[in-house]
Amino acid sequence: MNFWEYLGSRHQQLLADAGQHASAVFQCMVVATVLGVLIGVVTYRTEWGGNLATTATSTILTIPSLAMIGLLVPIVGLGVPPTVIALTLYGLLPVVRNSIVGLRGVDPALVDAATGIGMSRLSRLVRVELPLAWPPILTGIRVSTQMLMGIAAIAAYASGPGLGNEIFRGIASLGSKNALNQVLAGTLGIIVLALLFDAAYVLIGRLTIPRGIRA
Amino acid sequence: MPENTAAGGATIELENLTKRYPGNPAPSVDNVSMEIGAGETVIFVGPSGCGKSTTLKMINRLIEPTSGRIRINGEDVTDIDPVKLRRKVGYAIQSAGLFPHMTVAQNIGLVPKMVGWSKSRIRDRVEELLDLVGLDPGEFHGRYPRQLSGGQQQRVGVARALAADPPVLLMDEPFGAVDPITRDHLQDELIRLQNELHKTIVFVTHDFDEAIKLGDRIAVLRERSHIAQFDTPEAILTNPADDFVSGFVGAGAALKRLNLTRVRDVEITDYPTVTVDDPLQDIFDKLRRSGTNEILLLDKRGRPYKWLRRGDLMRAKGSLARAGTLVHDTVTREATLRDALEAVLTDNAGRVAVTGRRGEYTGVVDMETLMNSVHELLEADRLDAIGHQHELEEAREELTHTEQEGHEGEAKA
Repeated sequence: MNFWEYLGSRHQQLLADAGQHASAVFQCMVVATVLGVLIGVVTYRTEWGGNLATTATSTILTIPSLAMIGLLVPIVGLGVPPTVIALTLYGLLPVVRNSIVGLRGVDPALVDAATGIGMSRLSRLVRVELPLAWPPILTGIRVSTQMLMGIAAIAAYASGPGLGNEIFRGIASLGSKNALNQVLAGTLGIIVLALLFDAAYVLIGRLTIPRGIRA
Repeated sequence: MPENTAAGGATIELENLTKRYPGNPAPSVDNVSMEIGAGETVIFVGPSGCGKSTTLKMINRLIEPTSGRIRINGEDVTDIDPVKLRRKVGYAIQSAGLFPHMTVAQNIGLVPKMVGWSKSRIRDRVEELLDLVGLDPGEFHGRYPRQLSGGQQQRVGVARALAADPPVLLMDEPFGAVDPITRDHLQDELIRLQNELHKTIVFVTHDFDEAIKLGDRIAVLRERSHIAQFDTPEAILTNPADDFVSGFVGAGAALKRLNLTRVRDVEITDYPTVTVDDPLQDIFDKLRRSGTNEILLLDKRGRPYKWLRRGDLMRAKGSLARAGTLVHDTVTREATLRDALEAVLTDNAGRVAVTGRRGEYTGVVDMETLMNSVHELLEADRLDAIGHQHELEEAREELTHTEQEGHEGEAKA
């Protein structure tokens, strides 16, 4: 059975896995974005706060994903929970770092002007600082998503959802006639998903970055 | 009734305003007291780092004063919610500080929106303001700040500061970052605006010429925002309080003084005139009767056209077409004395025709009248300044007195 025949006979299973993979990454990204921006907003004003947040999140990133999932399994069990927790934690770093950089990068004169014309701290943040920091934050989200696409494959190790199952099945049955096809299908599927997500981000950028600051 | 005066200006009183930063024993702004009248334009001028910006920012409490009181229209605003205070005080800064992600209309409508105006009211107000600052509403309404020139951005910045019709307008070196020609235009516009609106304006600059041009009164500040002199531009120019002020005024104070007076304020001599339609014989007679050597020929609309001398008329031989010298330079009644002096100096006969709004002849100024007027002006200024200086000295003595008392008190404690 060559690769195309394999795809033809297993496409239903593959599509289901791809759907689960995408949905896991998407949902974790939403959580990571909300958390990451919040952490950024809370910490960007102080030197040590921002550094602490960046260091903490980058420390998480240095833990190998397999080890992280392995550590989470005894605590939260198999399946979806360790996947979601691991993906969210890994997704944080680029979002947190870019939020802090973006918010700190807003021209102090503009913040001064916003305060000077009578904006409260909250409305200044929502109407001036976050919109201006949005392009770098979006870039962070994009980088995070690409990263999570790959890491999500490891989740299958803890019986998590997604295309990782396909890859692990292939690795487990090395030497059988479909092993290579399985690994290939899983990997290519992840690449295709990553490209689709990236295209979606370009579109989101078009729609959400105000014309006045679009590059 | 603050509501009623909101459209015009409000008084500002600063009382012993002081700002200390932690870790710095000397205060950045030390004990500034000042009263600013409603509808007055006051300029803070001083070298960089003298604390003039800090003082300005304490008025809308962008920088919280360490001690002292601020009163606007008699109301103590030192402890009220700063957000509430700032909505009553317009604020314009260098390079406009427009939000790049919002259109011109959104930038201007921001404060009205926050105060809860209706959409239609905001839209009308934005149009009105764009019109007021000399930008075509239809064209500029939907533009983003980066699509505007520096001068246009600054205009929008001023419009934004005026959006909710605050009685007080604070301007922190607003024209510092535009080229000299645009700056000149913007200054003229601000004068025009102020003539219409009568806001209380506090304006910070390090450019003394700008201060002279715009200010009703100028506060010359030295380090730690100590007031070296607080007086009208005329008084500061003719009678600087000390070496620091005269150093800041710079060379050519008398010439700068000429910028402050308009031609309409000085004596304009009347000159014999004839029009092109007058018969030649009448012109002869008039010239002879006037006893002057020269007569001004006006065109059909009464605008100065040619200077005619006796000799010119002898050679005219029945036609004025080639006789006389063309009037190539005139000044309007709104021109400054400096412009008039320039015109007189470049004119070969040392006189220049003054014209009204539509270019019609209203009189002539020459070297002699100009010099007399200037001397009178300077003398009047000097008397004024001496009077003000006495007041300032008295105030200062009082201040030193209380300061010394204070120190003694501390020493005892």
